[in-house]
Amino acid sequence: MKWGMAVDLDRCDGCSACVTACHAENNISTVGADQASRGRAKHWIRVERYWEGEFPDVRLKFRPVMCQHCENAPCEPVCPTYASHHTEDGLNAQVYNRCIGTRYCANACPYNVRFFDFFNPSWDKPLQLQLNPDVSLREVGVMEKCTFCVQRIKATTIQAKAEDRPVADGEIKPACAQACPAQALVFGDLDDPESAVSRLSRSSRGSKLLEDRGTKPAVTYLSRQS
Amino acid sequence: MTPSHSQINSDLLRPLLRTSWKFYVVVTIFLAIVVAALVSWLSQMFYGFGISGIRWPVYWGFYVTSFVFWIGISHAGTLISAILRLVDAGWRRPVTRCAEVITVFALMIGAMFPIIHLGRPWLAFWLFPYPSERLIWPNFRSPLVWDFFAINTYLTGSLLFLFLPMIPDFAVVRDKSTGLRRRIYTLLALGWRGTPKQWHRLESAMAIMAIAIVPVAVSVHTIVSFDFSMAPVPMWQSTIFGPYFVAGAIFSGIAGLLIAMAVLRRVLHLEQYLHPIHFENLGKLLLVMALLWGYFVFNERLVTYYGNEPSEMAVFWRTQRESFAPLYWTMVIGNFVLPLVLMGIKRFRTITGCVIASLGVVVGMWLERFLIIVPSLGHKYLPYSYGIYRPQPVEIIIAGATFAAMTLLYVLFVKIVPIISIWELKAGDHQPPDGSHPIAKKQSLREVEG
Repeated sequence: MKWGMAVDLDRCDGCSACVTACHAENNISTVGADQASRGRAKHWIRVERYWEGEFPDVRLKFRPVMCQHCENAPCEPVCPTYASHHTEDGLNAQVYNRCIGTRYCANACPYNVRFFDFFNPSWDKPLQLQLNPDVSLREVGVMEKCTFCVQRIKATTIQAKAEDRPVADGEIKPACAQACPAQALVFGDLDDPESAVSRLSRSSRGSKLLEDRGTKPAVTYLSRQS
Repeated sequence: MTPSHSQINSDLLRPLLRTSWKFYVVVTIFLAIVVAALVSWLSQMFYGFGISGIRWPVYWGFYVTSFVFWIGISHAGTLISAILRLVDAGWRRPVTRCAEVITVFALMIGAMFPIIHLGRPWLAFWLFPYPSERLIWPNFRSPLVWDFFAINTYLTGSLLFLFLPMIPDFAVVRDKSTGLRRRIYTLLALGWRGTPKQWHRLESAMAIMAIAIVPVAVSVHTIVSFDFSMAPVPMWQSTIFGPYFVAGAIFSGIAGLLIAMAVLRRVLHLEQYLHPIHFENLGKLLLVMALLWGYFVFNERLVTYYGNEPSEMAVFWRTQRESFAPLYWTMVIGNFVLPLVLMGIKRFRTITGCVIASLGVVVGMWLERFLIIVPSLGHKYLPYSYGIYRPQPVEIIIAGATFAAMTLLYVLFVKIVPIISIWELKAGDHQPPDGSHPIAKKQSLREVEG
C-alpha cells in the first residue's frame, strides 16, 4: 500500500467544496475573520488562485493544495519528537500527542500545508454540534495538517481485513474527493498499477508540485489543457 | 602606576563588601522588567500562542531571533578567554572573567528561548533522551536535538571554565570576611589553601578546559546555523552558514564584552585595571571580525545572485531593496561601516569609540538573525502562501527583557564574585602588555600565596 492522490486541474473550477468538506470531516476549528486575517486560518486543503495575463485578457487558474505526503518529506527529519513521521503505507503522519510545538516542520515544508493551533479549538455555533467522533481534537500548541482522512483509510482497511478481502479501488474516499462535484480529486493505492490514481499519475499531463525540491510527493497534478 | 597587591585586594573586593542604595535601585528596575517578561510568557501560555505575532507561514520570529542572538553573544568568553589564555597574551588578565561571565549568562538566556517559543512548553522535557513510558527516544536526526546536546555541553563546559579560576579568588574573599559570608565562601573555595600541588592542578585543569572549550564553542554555533541550513527554505540552505554564524557569534560577543567592560570600568571605578589599551586591543579584534563578517555576507549575497534561483532571488530582493531593505542597510551600517570607520582609524579607537561601534554591532547582529529568519519564511516557494510577520507586544517585551536579564545577572554576579580575577592580575604583576616583562609563571604564582 502506498496511498496517493491525483488532482485533475482541468476539472477543478475552484468551488471550494473540498475545503468545506475537509473542515467538517476533520474537526478543523474555525478562527474567525480577525484571526484569519492574521494568518491563523487552518485549511488542510486550500484552493490556490493564480491569474495569468494582463486585464482584460486574464486567465484564472485554480490549484487545490493539501499535504503532499512526500516520500522525502522535509518535515519528518526535523521534528525532535517524531510527531511527524512516515507510516508504512506511505502516509506522512502527524501524532498530535507527541507534538511539542517547535513549528520546525512547518518551516521546513515547502508547500506551507502545516497549520499551528494558536488557540484551543472553538467553533461558531452551531458548528460544534457536527463534530466527527472519529477524529481527535487538537489542543493549543500543536501542529496539524491533512491526513488523507486516515480515519477513513483505517476504518475501511480494518473492515476489509475482517472480511478477508482486499480493499477495492475507489472504496476509500477522503472527504475532499467525496465532496468534489467534478471529481477532480482521485484517491487510491499507488502500489496497484491498475488503480485509477496510478493510471492518472502516469499520465503525460502529470507533474508534481515543486518537483525540483526533491520531496517526491504522493500527489500528482494533471495540467490544464483547456 | 601599578597598584600594590593590597590595593588590588581592596579595589576589587569593594563591590562585594560594600553595597550602596544604588545597587538596590538598579536590581529593582531590572528585576521588574524581567518579571514583566515572565508575566508575558505566562499570559502567552494562558491565553494561547495566538497573542504573539507568529503566524502562517512565518512560524519563527522574535523568539528564535533572540535565541540565535544570545547564543552568539555567548561566544565572547570563549574567544577572549580560551584563545588568549592559550597564546598566553598578558593583556588578557583583567578581561577574562568579564568575558567568561557573559558566556554563561548569555547561554542561560539563549537556552530559554527554545522553551519559550514552544507551543507546549510544559512538555519541553520530551527533548531529553530518557527511557520514557512513551517508549520513544528523541529524534536524533533533528537539528533541534543537536542543539539540545550542543548547548548543554557548552553550558557545562563554560560553567567549569568560569568556576575554576574563581576558586583562588573565593579563598581571598573567605580570608577577608566574617560570619555567614565567610561560611559561604569557605564552601565555594573548595578548601583552597594555595599549595603548589593545588596551583599545579588548577593550571592543568584550566589548560584542558581552554583547549576543550574552543571546538565546543565552534560546534555550538555551527549547530545553531544547522537549524536553518538543514531545512529546504530559500536562502537558508547554504553551506556557508556554519562559519558565517560562528564568525558573527564571535563578532557580537566581542561587542557585548566591550560594552560590559566600559560599563564596569565606569560604575566600579576600575580605571586602574581596565586600561584604554584593553579596549584598543579588543577594538582591533572587532575590526578583524567586522571585515570577516563583511566577507561572509559578500560571499553569501554574490553567490546567491549568480545562482539566480527564482525563489532565492525573491527573498534576496526582498531584503536587498524591498520591504526589508531599511533593516538590511541598517545592519550593514551597524555591522560593517561603523566598526570599520571607528575601529579602523586609530584616533577613534578610544573607549567611547569602541562602545559606539559595539552598540552598532549588537543592533546589526540582532537584525542579521532577524533578516535570516523572517524574510525567508514569509517568502517560500508558492506565492499563494506569502506572509508578513508583525511582532506583537508579548514578543517585544520578552525579547527586550533579555537585555534586562543580562544586566541583572551581571549586577548580581559582580556583587558576589570579584569581576577581575585577583590572582591572575597579581600573577601578571599587572604590567602593561609591552612584552618586556616575561614572567616566571611558577614563581609569580607562589608569590600570590604569600
